[in-house]
Amino acid sequence: MKRILNGQVSRRTVLGAGLAGAGMLAMPSILHAQDKSLKIGVYGGYFKKSFDENIFPEFTKATGIAVESIAEPTGEAWLVQLEQAAKAGQAPADVSMMSQTSTLKGLGTELWTPIDPARIKSFDSLLPHFSSKYPDGRIAGVGAVAWYITLVTNTDVYKEPPTSWADMWDPANADKLGLLALASNSFLLEVTSTTFMGGTNALDTEEGILKAMEKLAELKPNVRLWYRDEAQFEQALKSGEIPMGQYYHDVTGLAAADGQPVRSTFPKEGGIQDSGNWVLSRASEKVDEAHVFIDYMSQPAIQGLMSRKVGTAPTLKKDVLDLTAEEFAAVSSEIPPILPRYDLYTTKSDWINQKWTELIVAA
Amino acid sequence: MRRETPKSIADYTPLFFPAVMLVVFFVVPFSTMIAVSFFKRDPAGFYTPDFVVDNYARFLSAFFGRVLGFSLMLSVIVAICCVAIAFPFTYLLTRRPRAVQTVWLVCLLSVLSLSEVIIGFAWSTLFSRTAGITNLFVWLGVMQEPVALLPGFGAVLTGMVYQALPYTILVLYPALVRLDPTLLEAARTLGASPIHAFFNVVTPALRNTIVATLIMVFVFALGSYLLPQILGRPQHWTLSVLITDQAIYQSNMPFAAAMAVFLVLISLALVGLTLLVGRRENAL
Repeated sequence: MKRILNGQVSRRTVLGAGLAGAGMLAMPSILHAQDKSLKIGVYGGYFKKSFDENIFPEFTKATGIAVESIAEPTGEAWLVQLEQAAKAGQAPADVSMMSQTSTLKGLGTELWTPIDPARIKSFDSLLPHFSSKYPDGRIAGVGAVAWYITLVTNTDVYKEPPTSWADMWDPANADKLGLLALASNSFLLEVTSTTFMGGTNALDTEEGILKAMEKLAELKPNVRLWYRDEAQFEQALKSGEIPMGQYYHDVTGLAAADGQPVRSTFPKEGGIQDSGNWVLSRASEKVDEAHVFIDYMSQPAIQGLMSRKVGTAPTLKKDVLDLTAEEFAAVSSEIPPILPRYDLYTTKSDWINQKWTELIVAA
Repeated sequence: MRRETPKSIADYTPLFFPAVMLVVFFVVPFSTMIAVSFFKRDPAGFYTPDFVVDNYARFLSAFFGRVLGFSLMLSVIVAICCVAIAFPFTYLLTRRPRAVQTVWLVCLLSVLSLSEVIIGFAWSTLFSRTAGITNLFVWLGVMQEPVALLPGFGAVLTGMVYQALPYTILVLYPALVRLDPTLLEAARTLGASPIHAFFNVVTPALRNTIVATLIMVFVFALGSYLLPQILGRPQHWTLSVLITDQAIYQSNMPFAAAMAVFLVLISLALVGLTLLVGRRENAL
């Protein structure tokens, strides 16, 4: 589902996106043949389906701009394709949904056309971390969708919800946790530094990262499963086999609504908030239409619609939204989120990955 | 029947099809992989064509050495377990009436239709605390309370042996069926017990088959990357798991390719060594 934004994909998602991609090539879904149009890259599968059903038709109705939605391949493949195409002056999509890490990688080659904040009416209501900037301050990307990874528990095993990420380190929880297996999709370094080291700034230096890893190593006896495949953990959480762990807030909420004995808790240190941006390829000539689109998508009403229909966390400040308290709680929280240090996964990715694997795999 | 040596190009035509298949499905992909393994990793993109040995250098560390060692050891154990179980089983199977054999073989073939994912999830349920076989033991009064039998080395081994066993049996079956029954009759006439005859006559007679089967299961097990993830702890992850991580999650194709090439070379070397030792012993 949306995990693909991160570039961390299960084989299932890759396959799904591949099929969706093949389908797109065969039959581009042009909603209305009108003069003004925009090609928009969205991740294949769940996202594309939700957007095609709930969001794009409304946009075309409101603005008269026809949307041709393109199923993006997952991971960094789309970034590479956009980059290669831009060198040849082509834009396979004008606007694309892009993971934070890939957005950062595109800054280096000036792949993104700067977005004029004056033309985005809700720009000032955007939460500050939802605008991605060039070093000189130009806006490269505007938040598109966001979601939370929180501390989840089985309600039969844990009668009281946990309150802090630190509960994962409790020796009483030996062999009870399910955690994501990779540094760049679990964001556990950020969780550790926020919980024990005063914030993610502690990860600025390699010494800081190694210290966080040392603290994480203490967690290992409590971890029963390091998962790559979501289904693997979700099933074990529902049955109580692995009664605690980190998981997606929205999916856990859906399971609880289905009557499963699970709950998602925002720890007092905050949930992990991951997200993707709208970016505009420098090879695109549809600069005006792209601004109209990003402006439209950033409206409070549309952000509310997306929270209700797609299950994403809003990118705007809470007070401008029309969500009820329950609707807001279903997708977000007022506790400040833990924001992943995406910069680390662009500049130090191989080093972190190596140290991380050694940390996890060592007996 | 006398075998004639091919004289013209036309006589070689039956070889063209397999040769083309081999080139298209093995030589080309494998060469591509070797080429990529020397490419330069570009953290901001995929890779750039180049000739660097960094990818191999990174692999040559105590850490990856341990993972490689574990993967090889695991595959060897899986191969030995499979043959140890499958050889007597297949031998006994070939002594049964034809109809019984057919039923068994159909059942074994149906196990082959299960994917690695299904096998992994099925065993993880069987070994779980909440729904697993230990609940049955508790009900029978053998155990006090249900326990989880995974993750662990035993669970990984069980899953992998289960997955490879049907292949092992199907490879051994033709050789055991063709085994000349008079060999055994002679042994029995000379006073050997059935068990004696099995170990001293049947087993040595099929030595080459057994070695070939061991190698096949070993290579088969070496590629397993899902079962160690589902049934094992991180220290039971094989090199194939780490290759997947690099290729799919880190977009580091050159390093993944280098690891894969290394794995292929090591396993080829081991297979070659086994054959060499076998030939020498045969020559004695």
